[in-house]
Amino acid sequence: MVLDTKKNDNLNDVEELARNNILVTTFEKLWNWGRSWSFWPLNYGCNCCPIEVMAAGAGRFDQARFGYEVVRAVPRQADLLTVAGPITLKMKPAIERVWAQMPEPKWVIAMGNCAISGGPFKDGYSVLPGVDSIIPVDVYIPGCPVRPEALFHGMLELKKKVQQGEYRRS
Amino acid sequence: MEALFVNLAAVLSGWLTSLGLSPIWADTVLLFVKWIIVITIITLNIIILIWLERKVSAFFQERLGPNRLGPFGIFQTIADAIKLLTKEDIVPSAADKLIFKTAPMFFIVVAVMLYTVIPMGQGMEVINLNIGLLFFISIGSLSTIALLMAGWGSNNKWSLMGAVRSVAQMVSYEIPLAFSLLGVVMISGSLNLQDIVAAQGKLWFIILQPIAFITYFIAATAELNRGPFDMPEAEQELTGGAYTEYTGMRWALFFLAEYTNLVAVSALMATVFLGGWQGPWLPSWLWIIIKTYGVILVFFWVKWTFPRIRMDHLMSFSWKVLVPVSLGNILLTGAGIYFCRWMGWC
Repeated sequence: MVLDTKKNDNLNDVEELARNNILVTTFEKLWNWGRSWSFWPLNYGCNCCPIEVMAAGAGRFDQARFGYEVVRAVPRQADLLTVAGPITLKMKPAIERVWAQMPEPKWVIAMGNCAISGGPFKDGYSVLPGVDSIIPVDVYIPGCPVRPEALFHGMLELKKKVQQGEYRRS
Repeated sequence: MEALFVNLAAVLSGWLTSLGLSPIWADTVLLFVKWIIVITIITLNIIILIWLERKVSAFFQERLGPNRLGPFGIFQTIADAIKLLTKEDIVPSAADKLIFKTAPMFFIVVAVMLYTVIPMGQGMEVINLNIGLLFFISIGSLSTIALLMAGWGSNNKWSLMGAVRSVAQMVSYEIPLAFSLLGVVMISGSLNLQDIVAAQGKLWFIILQPIAFITYFIAATAELNRGPFDMPEAEQELTGGAYTEYTGMRWALFFLAEYTNLVAVSALMATVFLGGWQGPWLPSWLWIIIKTYGVILVFFWVKWTFPRIRMDHLMSFSWKVLVPVSLGNILLTGAGIYFCRWMGWC
C-alpha cells in the first residue's frame, strides 16, 4: 500500500526563515497552543480499552474538561489516532489507510499493552508487535486496560510535547 | 440606549458626507460597514454558541464540559479555530475540484445572506425589504444545493448518501415551513418583517398561531439538520454525511454556516412568533438578542434530549403529519379572520 505523503521540499526554507524571523516562531507557538488544546480523537479499539475510553468521555471522568471530547467518525477531521487494541495482520491495512487519510498535523497514542507490544496476544500468528511497527507513535500509555485517568495523563503529556516542539511532518 | 446603533449609523453617515462624499457613496460605504458588523456579530456568535452547545450538552449529560481554558472554558472554541485554520487542506484526487471547493463558500454565503432582512431592533435592518419573509424562505432553501454540491463533488459514497438524504429531508420540510408562516402573513397582511413585528404590538403571534409555531419549530429543526433530525451527517451510519471528505477550515466553514443558519432561523422565529424586538424596559436590540438566544437554547435542549429518528419515519412525519396540520392551520386561520370580521372585532 502506498502512503500518499506530501512533498516537503520547502521545509528547509521555512526552517531558514524560522532561524531569522521572530514572527514565524511566535505563530508557531500560537499554533501549538491551539493544536495542543483541541485534539479531536479518532478511536480504534477492540473491546476492553475502548470501554475505558467511553468511561473517560462520560459523566464521572469527563474528557470534555480538556476540550478533547469531539470524537470524530471521519479520519479527515481527526487530529489524534487512539489505537487501543492489538493490531492483527487483517487490521494493518485499515490502520495504515486511516493514518494516511488524516490531515497533518496528526498524532498517535498507543493505548494499552496490546497496542504497545501485542500484550498477552503477542505470540499469536497474526498479531503485530505493537502499533509502532507500522505508524509512528507519540505517547505510549501502559495498562491492561488503561484507566481513564491514565488516558488523560497520556493526553496531557502529548499536550506538553506539542507545546514544546516544533511540528515536523511525519 | 434605544436608538444607539441607529444614531451611530447617522453620525457615521453625516461624517462621510462632511468628508465630501456624495450621498450615494456615503450610503454604499455605510452598507459595507453594516455588512462588516453583521459578519463580525455572526463570527462572535458562533464562538459563543459552540462553547455554549458544549456546555449545555455537558449539563444534559451530567458532565462539566470545557473548563480548563479560561473561565468556564470560554477560550476552547478559539483553540479549536486556530487548530482548524492550521490543519492540512486535503482535496481528494478523485473529487470534482471546482464543486468541492465552492460548496462550503456557497453554504456560508447563503447563510449570511439570511441576515439581510431580519430586524435587529427598531429601524435596524440591513435592507427593509417588502417581501422579507419570502426572501428568507427562498434563500434559506438554497443551502440544500450547497449540501448536494458537497456530496457530489466529494466523489465518496458516504458523502453522496448524506447529500441525497439532506436534499430529500430539506425539500420535504420546506413545505410545512412555508405553510406554517402563511398563517402569520394572513393575520398581519404583510411579508415585511418590520410590519409583522409591528402587528404584534398587543399580542404575540405565538398566542394567535400556536399550531403554526409548533409546526414551524419542528420543520426548522429539520431544515437546520439539527438533532433529532440530523440525518445528513448521521455519524454512526454515514460517518459524516456530506462533510465526510472535508478537512480543516473547509469543514469548519460548513460548521460555521450551520450555526449561522441556526441563529438566523431562531431570530426569524423570535421576530415572527415572539414579538420581535418589542418588549418593556430594555432597548429593542437587546430584546431580540434575548429572545433569539432563548429559542437557540430550546433548539439545544431538543437536540440533546431526543435520539435521532429513522429516515423513513422522518419523511412520513413530514408528508403525513406536518403538511396536513399546517394546511389545516391555514384553513383555521382563514376561518378565524372571517369570523373576526363578521363579529366586527377587527
